[in-house]
Amino acid sequence: MKKYNAFALLKNALSGNVNWQENWRDAAPKKSYDAVIVGGGGHGLATAYYLAKEHGMRNIAVLEKGWIGGGNTGRNTTIVRSNYLWTEAANFYEKSLQLWEGLSHDINYNVMFSARGVWSLGHSLQDMRDIQRRVAANRLNGVDAEVMTPEQIKAAIPYINTSPNTRYPILGASLQRRAGVARHDAVAWGFARAANALGVDIIQQCEVTGIRRDGEQVTGVDTSRGQIATSKVGVVVAGHSGVLAEMAGLRLPIESHPLQAYVSEPVKPMLDTVVMSNAVHGYVSQSDKGELVIGAGIDSYNGYGQRGSFDVIEHAMQAIIELFPMFSRMRMLRQWGGIVDVCPDACPIVSKTPVKGLYFNCGWGTGGFKATPGSGWAFAYTLAHDRPHAVNAPFSLERFTTGALIDEHGAAGVAH
Amino acid sequence: MLLITCPYCGPRDQSEFSYAGEAGLSLPKYPDSLSDEEWADYLFYRKNPKGQHDELWVHSAGCRRYFKARRDTVTYLFSGTCKMHESLDAD
Repeated sequence: MKKYNAFALLKNALSGNVNWQENWRDAAPKKSYDAVIVGGGGHGLATAYYLAKEHGMRNIAVLEKGWIGGGNTGRNTTIVRSNYLWTEAANFYEKSLQLWEGLSHDINYNVMFSARGVWSLGHSLQDMRDIQRRVAANRLNGVDAEVMTPEQIKAAIPYINTSPNTRYPILGASLQRRAGVARHDAVAWGFARAANALGVDIIQQCEVTGIRRDGEQVTGVDTSRGQIATSKVGVVVAGHSGVLAEMAGLRLPIESHPLQAYVSEPVKPMLDTVVMSNAVHGYVSQSDKGELVIGAGIDSYNGYGQRGSFDVIEHAMQAIIELFPMFSRMRMLRQWGGIVDVCPDACPIVSKTPVKGLYFNCGWGTGGFKATPGSGWAFAYTLAHDRPHAVNAPFSLERFTTGALIDEHGAAGVAH
Repeated sequence: MLLITCPYCGPRDQSEFSYAGEAGLSLPKYPDSLSDEEWADYLFYRKNPKGQHDELWVHSAGCRRYFKARRDTVTYLFSGTCKMHESLDAD
């Protein structure tokens, strides 16, 4: 693979930009692989990259039923942070945030990670107590976090409404300065390119239709492009984990729900950070193109259709206009829905399964994007060594039987 | 916006309703003798089909009564609703 650098930029500019190398080779499936990753989203591509880079596995394939960057990776609000309450979650997301900080350099692809800070607002006395508790817990876990006053909020975010005369007045916030946003498409493309450079086959338009097993051991997968033999299958298919689990005769404690997001018309720079509020329930940031990127909660009912309810749109807009009254005149350009897998404790499953050689990475709910590199890194370890890393050990499938749940509903920053 | 037929009040807007999860769950008859796996199954494991799903809804901004519904999880269209003591397969 040719490296991206200033010299390559100059050389290609002078030769009319027609000699750029393709990002990754569009491979056809081989008869067998040492490991197969089902799902070519950010988490799946990251898994393949770290399997190749950290564990030396080169004969591996990523199977994607659509195209790279066409799933949930390309349809989220791009927020990256690690200010989770419980130690297990804080450790996992903090590992991920550390990988984000060096990611562009590591994969030689500009993922446009921008540590512009994330503010989580509090609107009641109880909100502020929760914020203080979470900030204290973050600091004990080595995660940066601060409690901020309404005056500090107003100074940093001039257009926010900190009037005490609103229905939900802003009483304070937690701030994680190292948190921020990244360019979601670039994350998928960058990981695909970097994994491909290490020999990974990126196979698009290849849908998995069956998982083969011989007794308790996985032996391969059936796909829309033929059978593939392998002794290790890592399933990373947000939205369809339950469907894939059924192919292997497994059940998962997961329900799938639509989650929406919205993008406004582009305007001049006005919001240089990320603002979230659990109480009015919305989150907003401004993209580098100038669009407002807005998200809210999931639809309450189960769903696999990639669209959301109208009442959720209304709810999200109410929340954002409560915080920024001037946004009431903005027009929304795009709306989309993705399908998120939600676990009963709002935490992911990154785990071995009762079937030997079959691993699941799923249940990220509404917050999977921030975890992309850490999730891939930990899942690659689990696949390579057939045991979880300390970072993802608490996120096993067994926790639903042992009762060692990680109840992150409150600290997720948004309601589930 | 979905149009949902409450078996008591007739068709109303989705915004009047709340979703209440999978239908047909019942409290274990002998909770003392359940294994950890059986408890996990009762508490955390739910059907999550891509297609027809039997579920409970409550007409929270109307008559406030629970009822059963069968809905497609891809098209979101309801194929039937009925009162709690009735069967969705009846008609």
